[in-house]
Amino acid sequence: MSLLTVRGLTKRFAGNDVLRGIDLDVAQGERIAILGASGSGKSTLLRCLNFMEMPDAGTVTLDGKTVGRRESELTLVRQRVGMVFQQFNLFPHMTAIGNVMEGLCTVRGQSKATARARAEKELARVGLADKAGTYPAHLSGGQKQRVAIARALAMDPEMLLFDEPTSALDPELVGEVLGVIRSLAEEGRTMLLVTHELGFAYHVATRVIFLADGTIHEQGTPDEILKNPRKERTRVFLASHRQFSL
Amino acid sequence: MKWDFASVFDNTDALLAGAAGTLRIFAICLVCGLSLGLVIGLGRYAHNKWLYWPATAFVEFFRNTPVLVQILWFYFALPILLPFTISPLAAAALGISLNSAAFSAEIYRGGIQSIDRGQWDGARAIGMGWGQAMRRIVLPQAIRRMLPALTNRAIEIFKMSTLASAVAYVELLQQGKLIASLNFNPIEAYTAVAVIFFVFLWPLVQFTYMLERRLGRGE
Repeated sequence: MSLLTVRGLTKRFAGNDVLRGIDLDVAQGERIAILGASGSGKSTLLRCLNFMEMPDAGTVTLDGKTVGRRESELTLVRQRVGMVFQQFNLFPHMTAIGNVMEGLCTVRGQSKATARARAEKELARVGLADKAGTYPAHLSGGQKQRVAIARALAMDPEMLLFDEPTSALDPELVGEVLGVIRSLAEEGRTMLLVTHELGFAYHVATRVIFLADGTIHEQGTPDEILKNPRKERTRVFLASHRQFSL
Repeated sequence: MKWDFASVFDNTDALLAGAAGTLRIFAICLVCGLSLGLVIGLGRYAHNKWLYWPATAFVEFFRNTPVLVQILWFYFALPILLPFTISPLAAAALGISLNSAAFSAEIYRGGIQSIDRGQWDGARAIGMGWGQAMRRIVLPQAIRRMLPALTNRAIEIFKMSTLASAVAYVELLQQGKLIASLNFNPIEAYTAVAVIFFVFLWPLVQFTYMLERRLGRGE
């Protein structure tokens, strides 16, 4: 049985059909890279999976249970499906460890001491044990994104959603963040990743989805999609991305 | 002319009583005005029309009528409509608090709206509900931005307390008037009142600067 099942997911913004009936099954341990031109609905798809955006139609089933629309259900789903954003969205008024502890204390009601111990572990996992007391303003972009990943991990999510996690980073900082994501992949975590890093998708993903016009245009193994795409639009997209590669 | 502050110092007790009255009404109006303002401000921020419209009506009514008129109305008109009288303190505190609530509501709303959507995203993504996100993530950042404007509000409340003298509430200006009329020394009496206001307000403002720096950690 799949961990996450999506059926007929539809989302409209101001009369624009951004998603037109997405069907998707995510098995435990799968790592899915989602590609597509800007405006193809990649981010919206991801944000509908943990209900950061409300789908207009369709169902999302997590672990056999279809998610309803009550706020209490949605906050529970968001704890089980972690999310990492392009712009990090760290809380600037809290230290790195404060950011990681926040969900444990406020949402889970854990004591400061319990939360701190857990947060220290997560910061160490992303290689930032020594930055615990630092405020986000004094961290590099790569460090901020690693704190954001630690913040998501602290909630013990069953699945992680990455929304272009390296797109806001200076090129020399991309590697450290991708390294952390790769190590999570090696732990066998289930993840969906919207990215423009085709090489990373090729090496880390178990499946690649190409979105166009709010539908899944083509999907398959990384080899099938990135090396031998069958559809013309996929080819054009990949060619435009490789235009300047060496 | 010759300044004669001795005639003011002779009435220190009266000025102290006035200062106590001023501080009392200031404390009441600061707490009531700024906390009611937060509630009204959240109403102005809400998408729900049952919250938005009453809050908007409140703000527009109390922002666009003079506090002095409100105080006089509460003191002289309200007892005609209702079966009880109202003390000068209650009338003045009501007028000043409601007026401050209306002005600070707009400060809160603006401050909350100025917080980046991403902060809501970050909070909701770890499972926070609306209230938790507001209390833990959005408001602390918004308050820091609002602090200069809220400081202005607090100063304004302190000075508006002199309007309570219109209904003969014992505060600094009321006592100054009394001393001036008994000793024929308006220059000294009102100068003393102004100096006392400054002596109270200046440290208060310094305190808010300190608070601003403290809340600004991490920036």
